[in-house]
Amino acid sequence: MTSPAGSKLEPIAELRNPGLPLDLPWVNSAQANTSAIERRVATMPRRRSVKKDWQAAWYLKAISCIDLTTIAGDDTNARVQRLCAKARQPVRADILHSLDIPIIHVGAVCVYHDMISAAVEALQETNIPVAAVSTGFPAGLTPFDLRVKEIERSVTAGAKEIDVVISRRLVLEGKWSELYDEIKTFRQACGESRIKVILATGELGTLRNIARTSLIAMMAGADFIKTSTGKENTNATLPVGLVMVRAIRDYFQRTGHNVGFKPAGGISKAKDALIYLTLIKEELGLRWLQPDLFRIGASSLLGDLERQLEHHFIGHYSSNYRHAIS
Amino acid sequence: MTIRKKIDMMAYGPSLESADAAMEWLTNRGNQFGHFIDGSFTQPTNNFESQNPATGEKLAELTQATPADVDRSVTAARNAQENWERIGGPKRAYYLYAIARLLQKHGRLLAVLETLDNGKPIREARDIDVPLAQRHFYYHAGMAQLMQDTLPDRKAVGVCGQIIPWNFPLLMLAWKIAPAIAMGNTIVLKPAEYTSLTALFFAELCHQAHLPSGVVNIITGDSAVGAMIVAHPKIDKIAFTGSTDVGRKIRRVTAGTGKSLTLELGGKSPYIVFEDADLDSAVEGLVDAIWFNQGEVCCAGSRLLVQENISRLFLSKLRSRMDRLRIGNPLDKSIDVGAIVDPIQLETISQLVQAEHGGDIYQSEFTLPEQGYFYPPTLICGLHPTDPLMQEEIFGPVLVSTTFRTPSEAVELANNSRYGLAATIWTENLSLAFEISAQVVAGVVWINATNLFDAASGFGGVRESGFGREGGWEGLLPYTKSICKTPLLSSSVSFEGSQSLKYDVDRTAKLYIGGKQLRPDSGYYQKINDAKGRLIGHVPMANRKDIRNAVESANSAKNWLSTSGHARAQVIYYIAENLSIRANEFASRINMLSAQESGIKEVQKSIDRLFSYAAWADKFDGRIHDVPIRGLALARNEPVGTIGIFCSDHYPLLGLISVIAPAIAMGNTVISVVSEAFPLVATDFYQILETSDVPSGVINILTGSHTELAPHLAGHLAVDAVWSFSSSDISRIIEHESANNLKRTWVNYQQDYDWNNIQAREFLSAATEIKNIWVPYGV
Repeated sequence: MTSPAGSKLEPIAELRNPGLPLDLPWVNSAQANTSAIERRVATMPRRRSVKKDWQAAWYLKAISCIDLTTIAGDDTNARVQRLCAKARQPVRADILHSLDIPIIHVGAVCVYHDMISAAVEALQETNIPVAAVSTGFPAGLTPFDLRVKEIERSVTAGAKEIDVVISRRLVLEGKWSELYDEIKTFRQACGESRIKVILATGELGTLRNIARTSLIAMMAGADFIKTSTGKENTNATLPVGLVMVRAIRDYFQRTGHNVGFKPAGGISKAKDALIYLTLIKEELGLRWLQPDLFRIGASSLLGDLERQLEHHFIGHYSSNYRHAIS
Repeated sequence: MTIRKKIDMMAYGPSLESADAAMEWLTNRGNQFGHFIDGSFTQPTNNFESQNPATGEKLAELTQATPADVDRSVTAARNAQENWERIGGPKRAYYLYAIARLLQKHGRLLAVLETLDNGKPIREARDIDVPLAQRHFYYHAGMAQLMQDTLPDRKAVGVCGQIIPWNFPLLMLAWKIAPAIAMGNTIVLKPAEYTSLTALFFAELCHQAHLPSGVVNIITGDSAVGAMIVAHPKIDKIAFTGSTDVGRKIRRVTAGTGKSLTLELGGKSPYIVFEDADLDSAVEGLVDAIWFNQGEVCCAGSRLLVQENISRLFLSKLRSRMDRLRIGNPLDKSIDVGAIVDPIQLETISQLVQAEHGGDIYQSEFTLPEQGYFYPPTLICGLHPTDPLMQEEIFGPVLVSTTFRTPSEAVELANNSRYGLAATIWTENLSLAFEISAQVVAGVVWINATNLFDAASGFGGVRESGFGREGGWEGLLPYTKSICKTPLLSSSVSFEGSQSLKYDVDRTAKLYIGGKQLRPDSGYYQKINDAKGRLIGHVPMANRKDIRNAVESANSAKNWLSTSGHARAQVIYYIAENLSIRANEFASRINMLSAQESGIKEVQKSIDRLFSYAAWADKFDGRIHDVPIRGLALARNEPVGTIGIFCSDHYPLLGLISVIAPAIAMGNTVISVVSEAFPLVATDFYQILETSDVPSGVINILTGSHTELAPHLAGHLAVDAVWSFSSSDISRIIEHESANNLKRTWVNYQQDYDWNNIQAREFLSAATEIKNIWVPYGV
């Protein structure tokens, strides 16, 4: 009853994913059967159930994995400061106290380049990183040199995480090696900052393309792969999430390197967060249920999580206005 | 434990479904049950225990039925049947609809009760068993409604005895009862002794639905009660789901009784993974294939065949997945694998695995619950077809596996089994998937999915997995029969005499085997006299060796089944053409033999019949069932295989052509044992076959004693079906011997058949098996 080699891989070292030379045969072997994937995600929430104190713990875990985000044209410094205040104290103190949780904060604050300095300032003396969306977000169609420059400027401004968008056309045109080079250049520009590669899955056409693009991004050195900008017609969905986490698992099993996952867009209910946590736990395992490997890009989710926590605390369903907005 | 600690652990924690309502239901009935006969419950007596396999606790005491109980329930069903049929389909539809609604209203309690009784995870009982049971009643309410319009020439069979297994107690009940009562039958059903509680709850629902008394009777007890039902003379049909061994016994016991029979038996279903499959999804599919319901599933994908070049990767993914399965209290909503139904079954599984010395065994590590009967999910890889576990059904959470190199080797391995229930195929290449689905021997095929079920699609197997289909249009056939009445057959004797007719040149009739005219192995011939008593020739007396040779030839002519319907039609038309050229000769031969003047009529009718089946050859289309998935469930008519046929004695030509034409039109090969009394027509006929482009081995013609040949043909393990329209009393022996490999039989019990007015569809159905191929799709 021993476990043969290969069935239980431990990470070779918790090193940052260095990437790999482009391995096209591997990329091209990736498959994703849509109906089977849909069946899996449809039964996922029916197969696992988390109740009572455990549920509260899962909600808190979800909060610690949120990339609290504002990426709108009307963002101002004051708006970003308010967001950061919420990031530092995402749950009302009395609720936290009742749960015997001394402190909790979100995973990161995610903003546009111009808001980085405001955010960095507002988050001083915390270890909450500032993430910046970059590379001509959301469409990624500005001149390539400017996109690289944008990363460098954001890093200089203090962003510890850079959320880059890829050129979707390179996927649709099958230009895998160009795509690999693009992401690799982005990664180099990030330096020590972590790179989250946004696939914009809603614009890639098929789950198979998503599986293959996920592999390319990881080979090019992604620290995270992220579903969406939040601006596509379809954002994070469970089938897409399943395809991406399976690609992460494949990459880990072959290389020993952990790559993170960030679903973004459309996750607004506490129940949805539980399903994503279940997905991660089932397909990737506990190691991935940490903010360094799992983030949820969201803005309104936090409010619902807070309401559910209050319900847990006082035994009655809560209302929105009882909780501070971000 | 603090919440802080829980955040670190991120465990699911317990999430128990409450058993209170189900336990209260049991308590309110004193935890004791009698039978449900003629609309009410009998006093509990003669008790045996029903227990919860997850805890070993007693749930209730049930009553072991006595012969008198069986008699009473059969009588109740018999008395209710006429009226139940007479009220008509639309009225019956109201009742089925009411039952469906009641099943829905009590869905959660039924799910909990099923989990308590059977040990299956509540998630499965709640999301699969109970909704599918409801669906069967809704669907068949519709079938009752439409019966008059869609099946005008069918009527109810009568009283059905139904015996169901313990793996899906409520669902199997629904599969059995819904189509039966929709078609106007009444029933006596026996649930498995381990798991009778949901059936007894169902009995209460029948009462609440005001179902007329006696339409549904439910009696409890062990296999002895099953045996009483099977042997009961007043039951018209037996439907059994369970093990192949018991199915075989039932076939033997019912042989010759005239009871119609459907058997849904065991399997060792292949699960084939090709190199280009979505491997992660295929691994997940295995969870649904072999760890669904603890592997206690007749169609479980229990035999994993993986393409060699991906097997390491695939098996490593599979082992990781096994490590994440959760085993434990089946009432916990986060449990994947529950308890084994009974300690005896647990022991059987353990022993089978212990006895296997080949391969590498892998079991994920976890703590088995202290109470109850649990077995860990198990993978044994590196096995070969020679290993017993590659052949024997385990009926537990044990997967065995081996590898293949090429698609054709995959098919060869897949079909290297006595069973033929289901098959699963994973590949992103649809062309490959359809080719394999055509070649694999199974009643159900799932492409890139597994264990998909629906009331609209037939379920059932081939080979030793039994016969008959449940669900869909095809599932109604076993619960209906033709409205045509057939007269009793007069025995047919050959003529005696001592004179002989002189021919200028002597003729020697031979056997026609593998496209060749052959002398009989025995070296003996039988004299044939005409109606005037004159000796007009000799025919060979075939024996078991000739049968063996004929079966070999028929089985080596399997290219015939892949010939197109159009091409088969051409051959059949050509036979008709050549027969028509020699019509007068055949007519006078028939007249001479039978002392009647109807020869030319019989020849003409035979030509018509050939035309008719030539027409059908490319028109007996399959269907696409309307199942609730995004995808197709294709019901495809496939040839049965090799069919042995004892032909009518009375119609030496028409009786032969009427059976071989539909058989070959559908792609079967045939061994026909021709009219015993008037065989010379058939031995003339092979000359026509020889000139009509019939590939050798497709049609084989034997002469000789039906009584002598019946046990050999019916017992031959490489024959897939046997039909008999003989005047000899061979129905019982055919049905009895057919049990060896559970071949399909269609026998006449000495009833005549109206050869001048046949129902073509009846023959076409007998000549085909429906294979349901599920193909989900999506971008």
